[in-house]
Formats: sequence, C-alpha cells, structure tokens
Amino acid sequence: MKRFTWFNTISLTLGFAFLYIPMLILIIYSFNASKLVTVWAGFSTQWYSRLFNNEAFIDAAWVTLKVGFISSCAATILGTMIAYIMVRGGRFYGRSLFSSMIYAPLVMPEVITGLSLLLLFISIGLDRGVFTIILAHTTFSMCYVSVVVSSRLASFDVSIEEAAIDLGCTAFDAFRSVTLPIIAPAVISGWLLAFTLSLDDLVIASFVSGPASTTLPIKIYSSVRLGLSPEINALSTLMIAVVTFGVLTSSIISKRAIKRQKREEEQAFKNG
Amino acid sequence: MNFRKYLFILIPYSWLVALFLVPFIIVVKMSLSDGVMAIPPYTPYLTLTEGWAGITNFFTNLDFENFIFLTEDNLYWIAYLSSLKIAAISTVITLLVGYPIAYGMANASNEWRPTLIMLVILPFWTSFLIRIYSWMGILSQEGFLNQFLLWLGIIDQPLTLLNTNIAVYIGIVYTYLPFMILPIYASLEKLDLSLLEAAKDLGCNRTQSFWLVTVPLSKAGIIAGCFLVFIPVIGEFVIPSLLGGADTLMIGTILWQEFFANRDWPVASAVAVILLLILMVPIILFQRSEQKQREAE
Repeated sequence: MKRFTWFNTISLTLGFAFLYIPMLILIIYSFNASKLVTVWAGFSTQWYSRLFNNEAFIDAAWVTLKVGFISSCAATILGTMIAYIMVRGGRFYGRSLFSSMIYAPLVMPEVITGLSLLLLFISIGLDRGVFTIILAHTTFSMCYVSVVVSSRLASFDVSIEEAAIDLGCTAFDAFRSVTLPIIAPAVISGWLLAFTLSLDDLVIASFVSGPASTTLPIKIYSSVRLGLSPEINALSTLMIAVVTFGVLTSSIISKRAIKRQKREEEQAFKNG
Repeated sequence: MNFRKYLFILIPYSWLVALFLVPFIIVVKMSLSDGVMAIPPYTPYLTLTEGWAGITNFFTNLDFENFIFLTEDNLYWIAYLSSLKIAAISTVITLLVGYPIAYGMANASNEWRPTLIMLVILPFWTSFLIRIYSWMGILSQEGFLNQFLLWLGIIDQPLTLLNTNIAVYIGIVYTYLPFMILPIYASLEKLDLSLLEAAKDLGCNRTQSFWLVTVPLSKAGIIAGCFLVFIPVIGEFVIPSLLGGADTLMIGTILWQEFFANRDWPVASAVAVILLLILMVPIILFQRSEQKQREAE
C-alpha cells in the first residue's frame, strides 16, 4: 500500500502547486522593472532600493519587531507559567475559569478581541501606542504558548522532578535545572509562534494602535487596499525569505538535536 | 509553600482577568448602552462617585435597544447568515481539496514525509496578509489567471474574479488549507494497513475499501479539520475586505465598519456579542467531539 500511485502523485503535485505558485509569482514580480505588477518588463531591483528608502516602512518595521520581541518574551514567560499551573498545579480555587480564559482567546474572532481591548484601554484612560499593542499581543499569544508547552510538560515523567526535590532542590531549583531543560524545545517553539503571531497580526493591532505606532501589517494593509504595488511585492519577498530561512534552520537544528540525544542515549545504554 | 503557589498562580490569572475577562464584560456592557455623538461615543458611564444613585442610574440606562436595532435591520441578519454560508461552503471545498493531499502525504514513503509536512506548515508561518495579497495579483482583471486563460483561448474576455465571492472562497481555501490537511493526515497516518488488506481479501476493490474503510477511519481528522476551518472563517475580516466585493457580506467586516466608519460603538459591541453567541454552537460541538475522541482512544 505504501507506494506512489498516479493518484497520489497528481494530488500532491497539484496541492503543493496551489500552495506555492501564488507566492512564487509574488516573488518573481518583485524583480519586475515595470510599475504594473502584472506586466513583466525586465529584471530590476529598484523596488527593493525604494523600499529601503521608504522611511514609513522602515519605521513600521521597527515598531513591529519591537512589539514582536517584547510581547513574545512576555508571552513565553506567562504561557510557560500557565502550562506549569495547568499540568502540575493540581486543584485550586477558580481553576475552571482559568482554563476557559486560556482557551477562549484561541477561538475568539480577532475583531472581537481587538474591540474589547480597545474599549478597556479607553475606559482606563491608557493612551494607545506601542505599549497597548504589546499588552494585546502578549495576552493572545500567551495562550498559544501555554498550549504548546503544556503538551510537552504533560508527556514527561513527574518523578524526575520529585527526585530532584527529594535530593534537596527547592521547587524553583527543580524547575530550573530539571524541568526547564526538558521542556526547552517546546518553550522555544512557543516563543517562535508568539513572535510570528505578533508579526502577522493586523486586526488587533489596528484597534489598539495609536496614530504614532503603525505596525508593518497595518502599513501593508492600507497600501494594498488601494491596489497592487511592486514595493509590497519586494517587502513580501523579504518576509518570505526570512521565514523560510528561520523555519529551515530551526528544523535542521532540531533534527540534529534529536540525533545527538539518540546517540547519547545509546552511549549511556552501552556504558550502563 | 501554599502561599507561594497561589502567588505564582495569581500573576497569569490576574493578567487574563484584566486583559481578557474585564474587556469582554465591557463589550457586553457597551452593547447595552446608548450611542451618542461624542468621544467616546456612548453613554452611560458608571460613576462610582455618585454612590448608590449612580449605580441604579447606570442600570436603568441599560437596555436592549441595540439588539432590537439589529433584529430590525435586515443587513445584520443577512450578514450573519451569509458569514455562516460562506464558512460552510468554503469548509466543504477545503475538505475536498485537502483530503487528497493528506491522503497522498500519508501514502508517501517515510523519507519524504517530514519534508511534505514541513511544506504544508511553511505557509502557515508566512504572513497571512501576504498570502492574501498574492491572490490579488492573480485574480485581478489584468491578473495572471486571466492572462493565462486568454492565452489558452478558453475565454476571450477577462473574467471579473477579484472583489467577488469566488475570490473570497479561493482566499479562504488557500489560507486555511493546512488546518484541514494536518488533522486528516494525522488520522490517516495511524490507519492500520492490515484492515485495507482484509477488505481486499473480503472482495473490496480499491474504491470500495477507500469509502468503506479509509474514510470512516479518518472521520476524527475530517471532523477536526472542518471545525478548525469553519470556526475562524465565520469571524474573518482580512479575506473579505481585500478579496471580497460590495456583495460580500461578512460579519467581521460589518463589525469593523460599525466601529471605524460609523463610529457606533454600542452597535459594534452588540454585533460582537451576537457573533460570540453564534460561535458558541460550533465551539461546544467541537469540544464534545474531541472529548468523545479522547474517550474512544
């Protein structure tokens, strides 16, 4: 049964063509000399140099990176805490409310999250800007981090942690020197997920951003709404390149880590 | 020890209460308030300085006016129904497109599978906005699809695709496809191949064994994939606003317009509350089916 029949080959080819051709066209036409995105007029990199000279885009990129970095770090810390509480915390008062508050943001439409946070910021008189976007992004991405980390936490043996405590570690020491190294891959992928979600968010940021804090997606959206633009193609190409590079390297690193772990385990087995 | 444990719990707990629960309560409260021409454009305020009189005054000012307004104006009903319709149709199309891909992946050789999985996940990491934008160039009047079809001689007039519901469907299928493929692939991968051999021995041909064995055994993946597409599409904003046209009515864009263009915050809040009530149904059904699945395993 495990064989490449013609049906499987065709469905995979068509499926991946559907997924990748639009992005390929986008990339190819970012090197187009013409201002008309859909008409090829020779090779040129002028849209890239224009992009790098466009201060509005550069500013927006900085705001986006700053928001993404801070919010994903905060979300990783809070999300890991949540995962630890949910998996190891046992019973506590208000646990069911807590767990529904973790899962609700995952299914909440972005328009509602954005609207509700904006109404909160206005009612407490907080000026909208970079800080409010960070608060908003931390809130929804910490829930994603907690899902990623809890699945890893739930799958490892509690007795290792208990052994560390029996041997004289405090709960925090046991977490830092035993639990954290084991769940580290999940924490890192949680951080990456939070960072990507923040970089990608248009809707929530549009609600909670102020006039001086335009993020890249807001800038892209307002330019794209007016029609196609070769500068946006160039920007998209850069973003796709960064993401592809990131995903490829992280998958290679994790593959190597798994191999090394296997080798070490075999070594330990032989020695033991 | 216990005190420390509660302190540890208190940090994320209070964060979620302050930035998720409280904002949500504010939306519900806002949906019961009256719109006025001011900034912020609504009354009533809860003023605690007035004491009990302020509180009673606050509650007597709340009413269901905005909800009554929503039921009286056909636009909102049509928008809710049309969101559900678009979500349902695009879920079915995504299933029809995604199932063969997941099937092909599950039947691929072991050395190919990790690469194929990565190829499905990779678009998920790329910006949603960029993926939608890439279709604007393909579907526009002078776009690549029209150029291609004209060149083939299938059509002699360019088709109007961008800013129609067709473009919205294509955009949804394109962006949500990984959410459909991955759960179906996960359930197909677990499939016990000896069952297919047994079906063959019992006289099934390949089509029969596909419909009688493979499809029922991948039901869990199909259900999960469908909910993962259906639920977020109902409240979708970016796809209808960039690819849709004047006749594309989706509740996400209506909410956005009420808020940003009409500046009617109470009505926008009422739209949000009803949208959440509608979403509760598929979300609860999804949770139930997941729970059943876990119990079965």
